[in-house]
Order: sequence, then C-alpha cells, then structure tokens
Amino acid sequence: MKEISVFDVIGPNMIGPSSSHTAGALRIALMAGTISKGKPKKVQFILYGSFAMTYKGHGTDKALLAGILGMSTEDYRIRDSYRLADEAGIEYEFLPTTENKGYHPNTVEVVITNEEGITTSILGVSIGGGNVKLKQINGADISLSGNLPTLFVQQKDTPGVIAHISKCLNDHYVNIAFMKLYRDSKGENAYTIIETDEKLDDALVEEIHSLPNIRNAIVIDL
Amino acid sequence: MDFSSAASLLQICQDGGVPISQAMIDREVLYLGCDLADTISKMEYSYNIMKSAVDSAITEDIRSIGGLIGGEGKKLNAYHKTTPNPMCGPVISKAIAYAMGVLEINASMGLIVAAPTAGSSGVIPGVFVAMQEEYGFSDAEMVKALFNAGAIGYLITRNATVAGAEGGCQAEVGAASAMAASAAVELMGGTPEQCMQAAGTAITNILGLVCDPIAGLVEAPCQKRNAMGASNALVSAQLTLAGVGNLLPLDEVIDVMGSVGRSIPFELRETALGGIAASPTGCALSKRIFG
Repeated sequence: MKEISVFDVIGPNMIGPSSSHTAGALRIALMAGTISKGKPKKVQFILYGSFAMTYKGHGTDKALLAGILGMSTEDYRIRDSYRLADEAGIEYEFLPTTENKGYHPNTVEVVITNEEGITTSILGVSIGGGNVKLKQINGADISLSGNLPTLFVQQKDTPGVIAHISKCLNDHYVNIAFMKLYRDSKGENAYTIIETDEKLDDALVEEIHSLPNIRNAIVIDL
Repeated sequence: MDFSSAASLLQICQDGGVPISQAMIDREVLYLGCDLADTISKMEYSYNIMKSAVDSAITEDIRSIGGLIGGEGKKLNAYHKTTPNPMCGPVISKAIAYAMGVLEINASMGLIVAAPTAGSSGVIPGVFVAMQEEYGFSDAEMVKALFNAGAIGYLITRNATVAGAEGGCQAEVGAASAMAASAAVELMGGTPEQCMQAAGTAITNILGLVCDPIAGLVEAPCQKRNAMGASNALVSAQLTLAGVGNLLPLDEVIDVMGSVGRSIPFELRETALGGIAASPTGCALSKRIFG
C-alpha cells in the first residue's frame, strides 16, 4: 500500500462533480489509452452499475473521452471532450448495460481500436476518491492502480524474461516496490506489472524491448 | 515523524512544541521524503484553486449538470451584504455562501480541490476564505492551516473512511467539518489538543448523517450540507476556544464514526435508493434528469 499523503486528503485537484465518476473514470481511460498504444481510432465504453445509470449526470462520458485524449483530471477542456474527440477524428460509443456480472458498481470496459487496427480491451474499476484499478486486459485478470510509476510488460511466457527485465531495472538503479505476474495460459501470453519507487525513462523501456520475447513494454505514470 | 493516531500526533506536537500543521509538514518531508519547497508550493496551488472557485461562484452564473442547483452561493452572498445585521454574523454568513458556491463549481464541471472529497469540497474553502477575509490572515498562514486540516483528514482516512459509499455523509461532510474546525482553532491560536477537541466535536455533531443524493448526483442535498458542515466547523471551533472540551478523545470519535458508517444501511450510502433521493419528489426529479 502507498502511504497516505496530505495531498490525498487535500486533493486531488479535479474537475467535478465526482471523484469516482469523473476523476476516476478519466484515470481509467487515460491508462487504457496508454496501454493500447498508438493513436486511437475507435473507442467503445461499456458502462456497468452506477456508471451505466448515472454517467450523464456526472459527466462520466466526457471524463472517459478526456482520458482517451490524454487530459489530466484538472483539465478545463474535459467539458468539451466530445468536440475535441470529433476534431481528433476519434469514433466513440457509450454502451450502458444493465447486465450484472458481479462487478464493482463503478465499472467500465474500454475497448480501443488503434489506427493499425489492433483492438485492446481493458476493464477498470473506480474504487473511490479518484483511485482506480484496472482489473482485466483482453480478458486476462490483472491488477494495476497507477499510484506509482508502473512498468507494464506483455511477454511470451518463457524462462529468462523476468531476469532480463530485472537486470534492466538494476542497470538503471530503479527499485521495485511491487511486482506481479499474470498469464493467459502456460507458454503463451503473459503480463508483468512492476511498480517502482523511481521514475522510468524511455531508454530503460527500449532496453527492455530489446529481448524478442518482450511483446510490449510501456510506462504508466499519472 | 510518522503518526497513525491522534494520540501519537498530539505526542509529537507536545514533544516538539509544534502545531499540528508543522507536524504534518514534517511527516510529508521527513517521513514521505518530499521536498519542503515543493510541498508548500503544491499546497499554495491547492489554496489558489479554492479561492478562485469561491470567486467564480459568487461572480458568475452557474448551472449544474443535473440542473438541481446553481446560483445559491451568489444569492447568499448578496443577502448578507445587503442585510444590515444578518443572523449568522459575518464569518458564518460568508462561510456558508462560499461553501454552497464551491459545490456549484463542482457540479458544473469546474475545478475544485476534493478536500477530502468532491461532495464535501465546499466546507474547507468556505471556512478558510471567510476567515481570511474577516481576520486578515496571510496566504502563508492559510496554506499552513491546510496542513492542519490535512492531518485530521489523514487520520480519518487511515482509521475510518471519508467515502460516502462506505460511511455516509458523516464521513464526507463530517470529515471536512472536523478538518476545518481543527484548522480554525489553530488559526485562532488554540493548542493542538484544542484542535483535536474541535475536530471531535464537529464529527460528533454530524454522526450518523446519511448520504442520499437526488438522482445520485453531487448536487442536492449535498450543497446545503456543505453549508451546515462549514457552520458546524466554526461552531465547534468556538466551543473549544471558549474552553468547552470534548468528552471523548479524537481517536475514539473517529472509531465511532467508522463503526456508525458501517451500520448505515446500503440504501443510505450514496446509492440514491433511500432518504431524500427515494422521496416522491426525489424520484420525480431523477426521472426528469435521466428520463
């Protein structure tokens, strides 16, 4: 657990009206956009529970689009995000559903198709106070909060990958705070999520990418 | 450096002869390893957001997304300015006008500081800006007082909750009110112990308050409860400064608030299924907004 700072209590600074339905929604979409890589072309937001019922009154829709556009939770342009998404040529669709999958009440699935035609689906939950958790990527269970600088790696499930990643981190004097591994099935697609105490730079990410079994490596730093 | 209870915070204050605000700054810098200058300037930035939210609320025409609120802060501000001897007196009159106004800024997708939450974001700016205008405190003094408020909010977050969905409105507006009460006491020259008595009094006064927003929106009854939270903070501060203590230590009050929160039924914890939200008028308004 991250220690509680005074700015978690006197903060976050945010565009209203709701830390969970506005700021939290934006953070989910912002992380989803970062993970999907490349310029988004089409985005679908499948809204569950309270998000489905009240998204318009909380500006959740505008906040989600703003996250895709890369805005921060303090950005005054959140209220204009429909127009800005149109100008950026991004197609978007909000699909509220009454389907109950046992998800947390504030859940959204963000399905992003980028310009290369690659689709990434991310399930995120807004757990209160603007804090969020990504729970699934393309159907695989994960857990990612974005509270610390985070290295997100998609790899082939094979020996040596973690050794490579930790060597790269060591070479750059980055300390691992938390580290988790997930996989779809043995020998197939796997994910490594590493939260760090230090910031992560591009050179480090490039080095991690140099191993052929690394399929994707990105940094999430909100 | 670190503290996890009001008792241990008080010990640090008494051992070092420092106010709560300083103990919280020290925790941020010495325990969490943040840069002192950055920490102060971040808080200055937060206070500027609060002040400009107050300013916009009393000068601009505002309409919330749901349309349930808008213009109340302005109305209250005009009322106390044109009424020769308003019942609430100058500090509370301003505090309630500003607190309600900031909730309008929040509900219209304006910029606020969630202190501790968006739904209770009017209380601290209401009390702080009113006190600064009436007593002439400097910005630096107000910024320092925000660390005092932050210390109380940190203890409540750590040992109970500030989320309406977990603890009802007593957790949100109750926490904000306790934070503002403690800061007000420090600004007026009270001791750390008195700050904690004021915070405990403020929470006790709002204990059990439910969270029942019409249509699930942070508009009504949230806005008026922010006015109440601001005035409750000032009442609690004045009780304390007059020498009226609090029977329970703050740690116990926070524990009680947490356990009362857990026993508030689900319908009355931000789900819009009970209370004002479930009244015939509440349901009709919800239908009007969402169809």
